[in-house]
Amino acid sequence: MDAIPYTITPREDTGLYNARLGIWLFLSSEVMLFGALFATYVILRLGALDWPRGASLLSVPLGTFNTVVLIASSVTMVFAWVSLKEGNLGKYRLTMGLTILLALLFMAVKLFLEYLPKFRHHHYPSENTFLAIYFTLTGLHALHVLGGVVVNAYFWGPGAKMWHVEPERFTNRIEIAGLYWHFVDLVWIFLFPILYLL
Amino acid sequence: MKSKKYLIVGLSLLLLTAMTVTVSRLNIGIAFAILIALLIATFKGSLVASFFMHLASERKVIHILLLSTLFLFIVLMGLILFGRLNVYEGMSHVP
Amino acid sequence: MEHSHHDSHPLPFWRKYLFSIDHKVIGIQYGLTSLFFLFFGFSLMMLMRWQLAFPGKPIPFLGKFFGDGRAPGGIMLPEFYNELGAMHGTIMVFLGVVPLGVGCFGNLLVPLQIGAPDMAFPKLNMASYWVFFLGGLTMLVSFLLPGGAASSGWTSYPPLADIATIGQTVWLLGMVFLITSSLLGSVNTITTVLQLRTKGLTFMRLPFFVWAQLVTAFLLLLAFPPLEAAGILQLMDRLAHTSFFLPSGLMVSGRPIEASGGGSVLLWQHLFWFLAHPEVYVILLPGMGIVAEIIANNIRKPLWGYRSMVYSVLFIGFMSFIVWAHHMFLTGMGTVISSFFQATTMIISIPSVVILSCLLISLWGGSIRTNTAMLFALAFLPMFGIGGLTGLPLGLSISDIHLHDTYYVIGHFHYVVAPGVIFALFAGIYHWFPKFTGRQMNEFLGKVHFWPSLILMNCIFFPMLIMGLAGVSRRLYDGGLQYLHAQPVLPLNRIISSSAWLLAVAQLPFIFNFVFSIFKGKKVTSDNPWEATTLEWQTPTPPGHGNFKTVPIVYRGPYEYSVPGASKDFTPQNEP
Repeated sequence: MDAIPYTITPREDTGLYNARLGIWLFLSSEVMLFGALFATYVILRLGALDWPRGASLLSVPLGTFNTVVLIASSVTMVFAWVSLKEGNLGKYRLTMGLTILLALLFMAVKLFLEYLPKFRHHHYPSENTFLAIYFTLTGLHALHVLGGVVVNAYFWGPGAKMWHVEPERFTNRIEIAGLYWHFVDLVWIFLFPILYLL
Repeated sequence: MKSKKYLIVGLSLLLLTAMTVTVSRLNIGIAFAILIALLIATFKGSLVASFFMHLASERKVIHILLLSTLFLFIVLMGLILFGRLNVYEGMSHVP
Repeated sequence: MEHSHHDSHPLPFWRKYLFSIDHKVIGIQYGLTSLFFLFFGFSLMMLMRWQLAFPGKPIPFLGKFFGDGRAPGGIMLPEFYNELGAMHGTIMVFLGVVPLGVGCFGNLLVPLQIGAPDMAFPKLNMASYWVFFLGGLTMLVSFLLPGGAASSGWTSYPPLADIATIGQTVWLLGMVFLITSSLLGSVNTITTVLQLRTKGLTFMRLPFFVWAQLVTAFLLLLAFPPLEAAGILQLMDRLAHTSFFLPSGLMVSGRPIEASGGGSVLLWQHLFWFLAHPEVYVILLPGMGIVAEIIANNIRKPLWGYRSMVYSVLFIGFMSFIVWAHHMFLTGMGTVISSFFQATTMIISIPSVVILSCLLISLWGGSIRTNTAMLFALAFLPMFGIGGLTGLPLGLSISDIHLHDTYYVIGHFHYVVAPGVIFALFAGIYHWFPKFTGRQMNEFLGKVHFWPSLILMNCIFFPMLIMGLAGVSRRLYDGGLQYLHAQPVLPLNRIISSSAWLLAVAQLPFIFNFVFSIFKGKKVTSDNPWEATTLEWQTPTPPGHGNFKTVPIVYRGPYEYSVPGASKDFTPQNEP
């Protein structure tokens, strides 16, 4: 007896296969991580004598554009999973590829059109508490986007070999990767209005 | 596989984004602005969670896990905030 | 599906012993590493105790090796004392006791006790260990940095930690590794217990040890991330010169700091203690689980109040998230919020008492065997009892005003951790050693280890309670020498230190016994030498890859000892 049960077939009483429970547990811990940083934002802002409106220091058009990009990438990600459910590897390659490209676009806008111009004008995190929490929150989020890109790229490339051997297991892996990716989008859905619009 | 719903949700998210930005341009006072922004963000988040992450049809154990997490987050933020409000009489600045 | 390994392809050494994905190998890796860190952390404390017993006197033999930056002329500098104190705490908690209780015992026993072939995510398990190892290495390396390792307490309070030497930055990095390892491990444990319980193993048939590990995993999963967030914020303060924790107008050495200000020092304390309070239950629960298993086995009757114990441990888990600010009673919090945390702290003592009472009541009418494992497990009960009781005046804000940050606190928590949890872990080593090595540890040496350890632990920590009541503060590098109110109790410092050094000597029989018995210990004649009911004993010795030859089916509860009408005084869980 050495194969781990319920890696693909769900267990009857929980109704889940192992990785789906695992990823939701991980995402709960991520909720606490970003939640703690969000709480930090609230606490520091409430205790501050004055606090700049986000729009005065950040570009709302760029933030909006990035929000649209990330939402679009969530749509393409879910369709990547749908494609596999429909047995269409070609469509999977297309939608997953788009997801990765959109994510890279998000990162590029963030790095080249937001972060670097800030640094060039000597606006660093040390300048004030708003910029400190802005860079920390978006920086940590960006690291999570990068992590997602790495995972998705692996599943688009070498990881996709599994489709030909164990298609159901591969589909599940994309479902799990998708759950992570949607969470990253979800965090940004909160970050955008809080940092840019308020 | 009925995947049209994902497109509808995606479109709704884009519309709601436009709505958030539009509302932020109105002159409605900071408290109201925060409330509306968080309400819309929460609704958008629920759409992503319920449909893209299949939470609406997910098993009870996952729902219990997430509700507990949410509870703990509220405890963390709520008690810290309350701690800053409820200070020693005469304390001028909360450390 | 994992490929079925029919041992026709033996794995190379590096995959079989170093980068194994087998939970038993990983458990032993955690065990050996954490035992090393326990002895290392103990050594740091022994150095501190020299300074406290003989303030200003050169450290004998070793003094010359610490250099002028730490001990010029062999005399310990206050900075060195602080470094030792901060790292003793950090190493004992995050690299010693918890990895032993969770990483070692959890990994070794949870899959076996639930009838599973391994943990749910074996590769993730391996990753957890190596990230933990990296974290430990990072902490060790920090000693070599200019200015030494972290020295702002294991609690790393700003503003001091914000402006401390580079060792603090590396401490934060080490913590990021350790927290990550912990998170991956807890995802694994929870998924394993929920998904891989074998047929017939309902929740109320789980050994109490598994319940304890499950609750512990939830505490780690949800309480650690805020500390990770806080760690990131402190790293930003130190590296990017932000002011998350630096208040406006802060002066250091008579000069205003060069930072934007606007931060909150209490914010760190809240985020830190939100983790650190559940962390003490992470320290406790695996130990409690081990004690329950060993007592049940050595009284030859079922545990009294199993159901109450389960509900209690679940309640402890829940409550542990809402008591944290009892560590912050003296920070200027108002009466309403202090009363809230005082109330929750009082309430959380109830389930602990329930569990302790159930274990005590279980002894009544039992056929008690007094092997070494049982001696350590029995000693846990009164020692943890003292630890718990001494916590009460700390949890009551009014008495905490007098006792906060004194030696009373150190006495209290060491009673719980040292003669409490560490004794439980020792018990576990003696008890499960035969299963994983096929040999028994020597019983005589075990008793030689036990009795002096028990007496000396009390000689160390009871006087600390007295010193604390007298008002001697903790973290004083001279042990209170310069304070008038401390003079009457100063002689206790020498008693404590001597006892601590003797305690080290008392561990030698254990170390010898452990190593010797692996190679030359008396071989067991059965797979189940303690005649136990739980599933880990119904495997070959040691269990092979995949653990069970066939999927075990569970028909009964975990402690069916002395079942009326049965031919033996124990009935294994998988016996129909």
